[in-house]
Amino acid sequence: MAKQSNHEAHVGHVTSPTTYLIAAGALFVLTALTVGAAFVDLGPLNDLVALLIAGTKAAIIIVVFMHGRYTSGITRLAMVAGLIWLALLILGVMDDYLTRDWLMTPS
Amino acid sequence: MVGHIVTFVQHLQAHARQLPRLGRAGSAFLLALLLVMVGTGQALAQAPEGTANANPTLTTMLGITMGVLGVGLLTAVLISFVVWATGTRNPLIPTDEEMEHSFRRYFWFSVDHKVIGIQYFWTSLFFFFIGGLMALLVRWELAQPGLTFTPDQYNQFFTMHATIMIFLFIIPMLVGAFGNYAVPLMVGTFDMAFPKLNALSYWLVPPGALIIMAGFLAESGTAKAGWTSYPPVALQGGAGQMLWLLGVFVLGWSSIVGGMNFLVTIMNMRTKGVHYFRLPLFVWAIATTAVLAVLGTPSLAAAVTLQFMNIAFGFPFFDAAKGGNPLMWQHVFWFYSHPAVYIMILPAFGIVSEIIPVFSRKPLFGYRALVYATAGIGVLSFLVWAHHMFASAMFPWLRIPFMLTTMLIAVPTGIKIFNWLGTLAFGKIRLETPMLFSLALVSMFVIGGISGVFLGSVPVDLHLHDTYFVVAHIHYVLFGGSAFAIFGGIYYWFPKMFGRMLNESLGKIHFWLSFIGFNVAFLPMHAVGALGMPRRYADYDIAFTELNLTISIGAFLLGFAQLILIYNMLRAFQVGKVAPANPWNARTLEWLTTSPPPHYNFEEPLTVDHDPYDYGRRISSPEALPVPGD
Ligand code: HEM
Ligand SMILES: [Cu+2]
Repeated sequence: MAKQSNHEAHVGHVTSPTTYLIAAGALFVLTALTVGAAFVDLGPLNDLVALLIAGTKAAIIIVVFMHGRYTSGITRLAMVAGLIWLALLILGVMDDYLTRDWLMTPS
Repeated sequence: MVGHIVTFVQHLQAHARQLPRLGRAGSAFLLALLLVMVGTGQALAQAPEGTANANPTLTTMLGITMGVLGVGLLTAVLISFVVWATGTRNPLIPTDEEMEHSFRRYFWFSVDHKVIGIQYFWTSLFFFFIGGLMALLVRWELAQPGLTFTPDQYNQFFTMHATIMIFLFIIPMLVGAFGNYAVPLMVGTFDMAFPKLNALSYWLVPPGALIIMAGFLAESGTAKAGWTSYPPVALQGGAGQMLWLLGVFVLGWSSIVGGMNFLVTIMNMRTKGVHYFRLPLFVWAIATTAVLAVLGTPSLAAAVTLQFMNIAFGFPFFDAAKGGNPLMWQHVFWFYSHPAVYIMILPAFGIVSEIIPVFSRKPLFGYRALVYATAGIGVLSFLVWAHHMFASAMFPWLRIPFMLTTMLIAVPTGIKIFNWLGTLAFGKIRLETPMLFSLALVSMFVIGGISGVFLGSVPVDLHLHDTYFVVAHIHYVLFGGSAFAIFGGIYYWFPKMFGRMLNESLGKIHFWLSFIGFNVAFLPMHAVGALGMPRRYADYDIAFTELNLTISIGAFLLGFAQLILIYNMLRAFQVGKVAPANPWNARTLEWLTTSPPPHYNFEEPLTVDHDPYDYGRRISSPEALPVPGD
């Protein structure tokens, strides 16, 4: 068993066209959903819904198209590093953006 | 249902396979070209200076045509690449074996990392001269107060100068040319891990360059908002700015592809005996640079994509009038571009770390400290970006943490300086041209690093920001650092790459003229900057006249000196001495094979039993012994 998973990690997993087509279909549906959601005013939920859909799409791409599900170890580490770096960027920008008016002089 | 689609796709594939091969590639190419042409034409036509485009002049038409050609070339490259990479044989394209000894291999996809390195080498050198020309136009304008060119032309000159030097000279030369040529040799292997991706990363450069350059022909000119492209000014640029964004995107793509390739090569392709702590410092530098490129460049890609959509399609991202946030650009841009300054200096440090031990005949002092310092710089470089924004409307409290991280990054940088000095101490120093340029880097970079620390402290930066002092800083680190290391690298590796020695006397003349020209040009910039002369203006207060004239004279001397380098190289091909395998008596692996190396680098797989810098120690092999004649 262990031997086989080792073998898989080295040779690489071959994803079937069916999986790809389903994933691609899901992406199109989610895109349609994004567009649809833009026409419905959900108040404060607007951003949340848009982000959830976008996140799901990103996850599908990472798991299926980037083979995130089948690779192991260092490759996954590299993928996570990208996310951490993105978080870092967003954190830094938000530090600025959300706090910019703290020091506003009264007008 | 899905099953039906699968069969249908398979049927299509089988059918396509029966078409004549060139026909399939050709028709896909034409279709894609058509799409891209329509798309670009559409986008360019919507540029804000729409009135100009309503009655297009000849140059505008030419500019648009050239831009479209650039994008078309990009498409052609991509499609030919896919066709070639999937193994489809195009009868018009010779294979590597057919071209083995032919000059033609330099003009087509080759998988040989040495051919790709040389392709990068000449391409970047070409752009060094174009970028230099732009710099001289800038200095021509500033030699005297008053205007020679229009301010609008001036803006284009300095924008294109920096863009070309950064994206088309320093990065492709250090990482593309030297990285490609040297890394596989230094880790003792026969090629990069993904030779075909390697070809792609090179072949993305010419289209990217062409797209950016197309701006010269557009009626409203090239990009003119500086290489940093800050909104709102950048948003006022038309076709030129959009072409710039597109071109930078393509070049960034090339960086990412190249970076992944280096990482995998260095992790997986080392020959027997080369463990991580036996890697030459240059390889460590390229590895760290690759991490920066892979993690940072996507942020640049995002930034330029958003700005493109902002200009072309009226999205509000950075447009305050539409509720956008101009400062957001600065955050996302610098999140890439500060690491990018380290992409531009770490490989340069790597080259110097190769050259100094060889020409001092001593092991590199504190090898591990240098490795950790390189990695430390890599991590810290992602945490300092807002030091470019101290004077912006960013929340002021944030200046303090970014000031601290900026000061912190000077520490690993300082460690490196001490390690080089420690290597030099009590060495048997040979002052040949590669060594002269390396010593110039060590001394000039100290000046640039220290002016960086000045700029990193908030109160000082509030005075100096956007003055000529910043221009002095960037040239001490980028010319005195990166470019001098590139010259050192050229003198050091040219014999390996081309099998000919460069002339030493010409090399020394090149060095001294460059060194003097450099200091005459850039030292006074500290003074004019501190006195308050702003950067990026076509004219200045007459109080700065003498200093500016001095600067311009230095700049022209520096420019002239580079012609000597070209002459030296051309001369070497005619009458240069044939290079031996190891002309400098160096210990790293690239010198264990012929100059230039055969197709797969080494006659047989190497087993390495020594460290890269064990000079002067009486051990394993004859190459470790002191220089002949000592
Ligand atoms: C000791 C390390 C360094 C420190 C503390 C430092 C600090 C700074 C600071 C604070 C600025 C912003 C100045 C301003 O716009 O007001 C700056 C600008 C700049 N630095 Fe450095 N720096 C260092 C090393 C480097 C290196 C190694 C490079 C490149 C090889 C570099 C390239 C640049 C460039 C290109 C700019 C100007 C960007 C622009 O066009 O606005 N710096 N540096
Ligand atoms: Cu910076």
